Amino acid sequence: MSLTAVEIHNLTVTYDRRPVLWDIDFSLPAGHLIGVVGPNGSGKTTLLKSIMQLIPSSSGYIRLFDQPLEEVRHRISYVPQRESVDWDFPVSVRQVVRMGRYRRGNLLRRLSAQDKALADHAIEQVGMTAFADRQISQLSGGQQQRVFIARSLAQEADLYFMDEPFAGVDAASEDAILKLLSSMKEAGKTVVIVHHDLQTARSFFDWMVLLNTRLIKAGVTKEVFTSQNLQEAYGGQLTILSQVSDLVQEKDFPIREKQYRDKP
Amino acid sequence: MEAFCFILTGSFVALSCGLLGVFLILRKMAMVGDAISHAVLPGIVLAYLVSESRDTIPMLLGAAAVGVLTTLLIEWLYSKARLQMDASIGITFTWLFAIGIILISLYTGQVDLDQDCVLYGEIAYVPLDLWILPNGKMLGPGPVWITGGGFLLILGLVIFGFRGFEITTFNPEYAAAIGISTVFWHYLLMSAVSITTVISFESVGAILVVAFLIVPPATAYLLTDKLQHMLWLTALFGVLSAFFGYYLAVAIDGSIAGAMSVVAGIFLTLALLLSPKGGVLRKQKIPSRTVG
Repeated sequence: MSLTAVEIHNLTVTYDRRPVLWDIDFSLPAGHLIGVVGPNGSGKTTLLKSIMQLIPSSSGYIRLFDQPLEEVRHRISYVPQRESVDWDFPVSVRQVVRMGRYRRGNLLRRLSAQDKALADHAIEQVGMTAFADRQISQLSGGQQQRVFIARSLAQEADLYFMDEPFAGVDAASEDAILKLLSSMKEAGKTVVIVHHDLQTARSFFDWMVLLNTRLIKAGVTKEVFTSQNLQEAYGGQLTILSQVSDLVQEKDFPIREKQYRDKP
Repeated sequence: MEAFCFILTGSFVALSCGLLGVFLILRKMAMVGDAISHAVLPGIVLAYLVSESRDTIPMLLGAAAVGVLTTLLIEWLYSKARLQMDASIGITFTWLFAIGIILISLYTGQVDLDQDCVLYGEIAYVPLDLWILPNGKMLGPGPVWITGGGFLLILGLVIFGFRGFEITTFNPEYAAAIGISTVFWHYLLMSAVSITTVISFESVGAILVVAFLIVPPATAYLLTDKLQHMLWLTALFGVLSAFFGYYLAVAIDGSIAGAMSVVAGIFLTLALLLSPKGGVLRKQKIPSRTVG
């Protein structure tokens, strides 16, 4: 698969004339798990929001599968940060996931039986069937994250953008999400994930975008995850810097379980 | 028969306001509803002055226009002028309402309408009907017809727009990402609130409009965790408030609008005490919310 999923040229985004993303330029191949990594405030979330056209960009253009977003919207799915909604909202897990089947065109009609079946299937994929009728405030953080991912799966897209799906997630949910991601990759889907945790990033993703307002590097994880690149991205932040050098120096990378240690 | 008319009018207002109020409070915009219900006043007066009639259509258009202007002003003050949301709301609606009051007092010779009517309304003598008294005519359809028509309009809007309001209220970012216009649904809701307000205005006044926009939905919110149920319960509490409110007013020989608001408040109090979610009396039984 050498198809290009995401292509970004000269993207600049500013808040109050202060650049949050500056002259970003990269393309991402389809069929990979791609991590977007960088320090706090480096523009990771802004990058996803610009791609989804949720915020205006000052310059540059973005192509998804060689087309503008509007043309391929049905193939694109977005998982916003968990904090983006009020979890006390009176809806059940099933109702949230069914929103994944909403379209501009079918908003006034009831969902079809097929839509409902797809939603139920998505709930099953994230292992939340037992909780399908729960109100969403009665879930743990990890379960809430799985609900968001299920809603995204129900869209049956080809390209997924997920904003911090591992933030505040318990071990069980993390495992469930990781398993799901690898099966999505096997099915040829492309998943772009904003991730804040350097410790796990290297093991989760086979591609990586390293960001700090400017693009530091985009490429296969091995090439991006070098001490030089990481210092350029995190430079000055001493605690992280020491973590970084630890990470890069340790040849056998002892943080994750065996399955992630196959590459010395 | 008279009682039936009053209760029917009150119920139509309660239903229209309540159904919209559900989405307002879930959007944390209850006070925007409050603001709109006051701020449409200059719209009504201007529409009357321009069209020189008390026809419903120009008044609805005037009110809807000012209602949308209200939300635009609030958002402008909040995002561009960098004021707090509550301050933006407070500034906008007091300012617009004051303009309405000035307009009324300027034309108080021709228009028999005072501030009390605007605030408290009175089903008993439908004050704005007096606007057409100078040429000696009374418009045929009473408030029952107007509020009934308004209710059907809102009911249709909520039935067909349910999914649109649901998704843009719950997660506007996600809605926008799948290509649904959050701006469209936002202003649709605000226009509906403005129109409902002006429809309800002449019979029940601004205070009861605000009460019906917020109190029955808040009561329902305490009692259920399903959006559909919340709409049904809101409708139920709205109608019950109108019904018992009327008889309370008769019993104490007081303001009908006031009595209906009080009854709505009583239902809220009961819900606070008995709610399965956070009821004071059941507090010990609730499992604590999982965090994290």
